[in-house]
Amino acid sequence: MGEVKLLGTRHSPYLHRVIWALKLKGIPYEFIEQDLDNKSPLLLQSNPVHKKIPVLIHGGNPIAESVIILEYIEEKWPQNPLLPSDPYEKAVARFWVKFADEKGLSISKVLQSSGEEQEKARKESLEMLEIIEEHAPGLGQKKFFGGDKIGMVDLTLGRLAHWMGVTEEVTGVKIMEAGKFPRLEAWMKNFKEDPVIKENLPEFKDTLAVMKRHRETLLASK
Amino acid sequence: MDEEVKLLGAWASSFSYRVVWALKLKGIKYDYEEEDLVNKSEALLRNNPIHKKIPVLVHAGKPVAESMVILEYIEEVWPQTPLLPQDPHQRALARFWIKFGEDKSAEFFKLFQTVGEEQERATEEARELLKILEARALEGRKFFNGHKIGLTDIAFGWIACWLDVLEEAVGVKLLDADSLPKLQAWIENFREDPVIKENLPNRDKLLAYYNYRREMFIEAATSRID
Repeated sequence: MGEVKLLGTRHSPYLHRVIWALKLKGIPYEFIEQDLDNKSPLLLQSNPVHKKIPVLIHGGNPIAESVIILEYIEEKWPQNPLLPSDPYEKAVARFWVKFADEKGLSISKVLQSSGEEQEKARKESLEMLEIIEEHAPGLGQKKFFGGDKIGMVDLTLGRLAHWMGVTEEVTGVKIMEAGKFPRLEAWMKNFKEDPVIKENLPEFKDTLAVMKRHRETLLASK
Repeated sequence: MDEEVKLLGAWASSFSYRVVWALKLKGIKYDYEEEDLVNKSEALLRNNPIHKKIPVLVHAGKPVAESMVILEYIEEVWPQTPLLPQDPHQRALARFWIKFGEDKSAEFFKLFQTVGEEQERATEEARELLKILEARALEGRKFFNGHKIGLTDIAFGWIACWLDVLEEAVGVKLLDADSLPKLQAWIENFREDPVIKENLPNRDKLLAYYNYRREMFIEAATSRID
């Protein structure tokens, strides 16, 4: 079927969505670390429109955008499915993938801003959590959004299991108050304890250091 | 599959039309319900509690929200007249451009809703989007999807009808036919498709609506400055 290459940076939440999908399906791949301050010809060639990671290259064909990569992986390697087979359930899952992908950006904004802008991002992040806690189907009844097994919605929300905590610690801004989101908290625990996820998360202190530097650089340039 | 299909939509919305086009291209019968977005119906709030927006497709009583999620659903449930390629890599490319459009089209809303510097920045970004589509997305094909209309074309359908109305209402030129010939040709091909042709909003009505909305935004923007 052709070899699989994955371009990324070690502490990217978007990269990890793809790593988890590949690992859950048992797909071997070669990770090629990227330097985003000095973009490689391979990256520029593979994602000329956005010049961002992650990029999956399969049999020489590049695919960009983490959620689109997940859909591709799901189609090419149907074992251990990440989406329900029923079209309606699939549509519900895709709705939540879109929601998590778009609203999750607010958490990045908390890291990348200060003052009023940061407070706005914090409120948006909180709103996202509230909506998920209240409306996400299956939450609280099943182990994961995907049911008994991890699915695409879980992967898209993986940011909450590691990067949100890092953001809170780097910025001193609390996004998720303990005890206020019992269903989400239970999900986060299940997610982090899954053997594949557990084995494929960077060290908290390492991500912390990287995100701290990232924030300092960003704020200094504003 | 043959169970009742209902579309909650709004006549001026290009998002609503995406679903109309997909249903019509595949010959799927449906009931249309026009929603008053100022006075949202109980049905809309019940069927899309999270975003409270149109379009919503209700199939056999079950609601699907978000136009592109709806389109993927329609494609799966009614495979006739396929709107996505078969090959997974080509599908990924189609979805890539759809997402590109979804992410960047916020700039068009912004330029419609703002004035001054903020509007200038959004205008530049909007022009950039069109240039990128011209340079990379069509690749000598009649449609984004190939020789037939597909989901990507439907996703960009707003360029073929709403864009020039937006340009007129705001008084800004975004799509220069001379410097974007491929996109211009695509617009013409898209509008000529027999299904699309029969399913476009009335331009005069749309312009009047856009003019009215634009005035409201200008008033809001300038009163904030004062």
